[in-house]
Amino acid sequence: MNLIELLMDPLQFGFMQRSLVVAVAVGILCAVMGSFLLVQRLALLGDAISHSLLPGLAIAFMLEVNIFVGAFIAGVLSTLLINWIRQRTPIKEDAAMGIVFSAFFALGITLISIIQRQVRIDLNHFLFGNILGVTQTEVQATVITAVLVIVLVALFYKELNFFSFDPIGAEAAGLPVHLLGVGQMLLVALTLVASMKAVGVILVLAMLITPAGTAYLLVPRLHQVIGVGSLLGVVASLGGMYLSYFFNIPSGPAIVLVAFGFFILAFLFSPRSGILFHRPKQAEGSPLWREIRQLLGR
Amino acid sequence: MLKPSTLVTTGIQIRDLTVSYRSVLALKDINLSFGSGSLHGILGPNGAGKSTLIKAMLGLISAQSGSVLYRDRPLWQQRHRVAYVPQRSQIDWTYPATAWDVVTMGRVQQTGWFRRLSSTSHQIAQQSLARVGMQDFAQRGIGELSGGQQQRVFLARSLAQEADLYFFDEPFVGVDQPTEQVLFEVFRELAAAGKTVLVIHHDLGESLENFDQLLLLNKRVIAQGSPQQVIRPQFLQETYGSWGDSWNAA
Repeated sequence: MNLIELLMDPLQFGFMQRSLVVAVAVGILCAVMGSFLLVQRLALLGDAISHSLLPGLAIAFMLEVNIFVGAFIAGVLSTLLINWIRQRTPIKEDAAMGIVFSAFFALGITLISIIQRQVRIDLNHFLFGNILGVTQTEVQATVITAVLVIVLVALFYKELNFFSFDPIGAEAAGLPVHLLGVGQMLLVALTLVASMKAVGVILVLAMLITPAGTAYLLVPRLHQVIGVGSLLGVVASLGGMYLSYFFNIPSGPAIVLVAFGFFILAFLFSPRSGILFHRPKQAEGSPLWREIRQLLGR
Repeated sequence: MLKPSTLVTTGIQIRDLTVSYRSVLALKDINLSFGSGSLHGILGPNGAGKSTLIKAMLGLISAQSGSVLYRDRPLWQQRHRVAYVPQRSQIDWTYPATAWDVVTMGRVQQTGWFRRLSSTSHQIAQQSLARVGMQDFAQRGIGELSGGQQQRVFLARSLAQEADLYFFDEPFVGVDQPTEQVLFEVFRELAAAGKTVLVIHHDLGESLENFDQLLLLNKRVIAQGSPQQVIRPQFLQETYGSWGDSWNAA
């Protein structure tokens, strides 16, 4: 079997075609929004929102309305609550996120286990994704979401870039930074909801941050980080899917591990910032020993 | 003869401005004016409310009471006329951007929504970089620049904004001598072109002679006037506590 046949083999199955489309869309979508979170040091907010999707999903399921709408609302509510706590108390953002997302997550697990008394649903599908089970409608929804987010980011790119780099300077120049911030968070929530099925609420953080973080080690400008990050996201998604198909391993974790593999390569070999090309000042001893000494603080 | 009230005042008027953070008073009853076409230095010790004054003037933080007018209209409604340069330490210099990217941010507000930067904007950005001597660094990542070069890129961004009001928060911190010279040259040019230039400054050295007007601030206005009028032992003592120590340290 040559390489082409190997790559074509899974495509004979409808479910594989559908999940590969979703994998590509999610790879791009997550890298685009993840790049903004990365440069604003808001990576953990992505994690917080994704964990907070769970109760919305469960409540929507109980009320028999669209679970993605429920998840989106819960994601937005968690962001509002985090900001509220941060503004009205001396508690800092990281602690506020920790408090809110763990509570939302706990509520989600509780609600889902209550649902499970009557209906057989698999909690693991929400936690770790079930990309092989996506329906045609979900494929369409994911693709539409991806197109929407990309178009909006492209339209507002210059404002978002100014706001990300220097929010005070942007506000002083008259940009509506609060609207931009809220808009950005809505897009992040939308991204997470669309990606939930592919990699699950726990691992989706990896798709947001890892490809963008890898690209950040490779290229010097934000739009390049977004572009290269999207490419890496797509390749990681597809690579993970194929690994999952041929080795019969869960696809969400496989995707994340491939993305992490790229990150390690960039971490070691990036001409811009890879550790093999950018040695610390005192460079005596073997490279491994040097890094260990650095980690230990001497 | 016109009544005074019908004359449009040219500079910035601050009336009864009071600001506090979580019940801690930061600025009390500030009454000031900053004339157009002048270079104003704002001096005071750490925690005197210098940055707070600028942020409150621009409406970036909310004041408890008082008003800030420019040409008889609230200043915060005219932010498109404003170029603000934050302290260098407030910026993440590992951000993925080149010097060019930062300078063109100065054209974002002027360009408006849904539009790409015009070729005029590109020219203005180019000229701004050239004015601060950074034209050869346009494609350099901002993280690779020295402190002085970073400050010049920020200066170029503010020039690209083609504003009427310029606010600089501690622009001289950690910059080299040539950059300090460029900064003062550009400030003087802006003032000569009729702009209002406000600079927060912490140095009490000779450089103060470059300013047209100085403001001594410590939660309230201690003195405002020309450097000769303001740099007096009793005012400095009132502003800094023991003036001799600060003077020697500077």
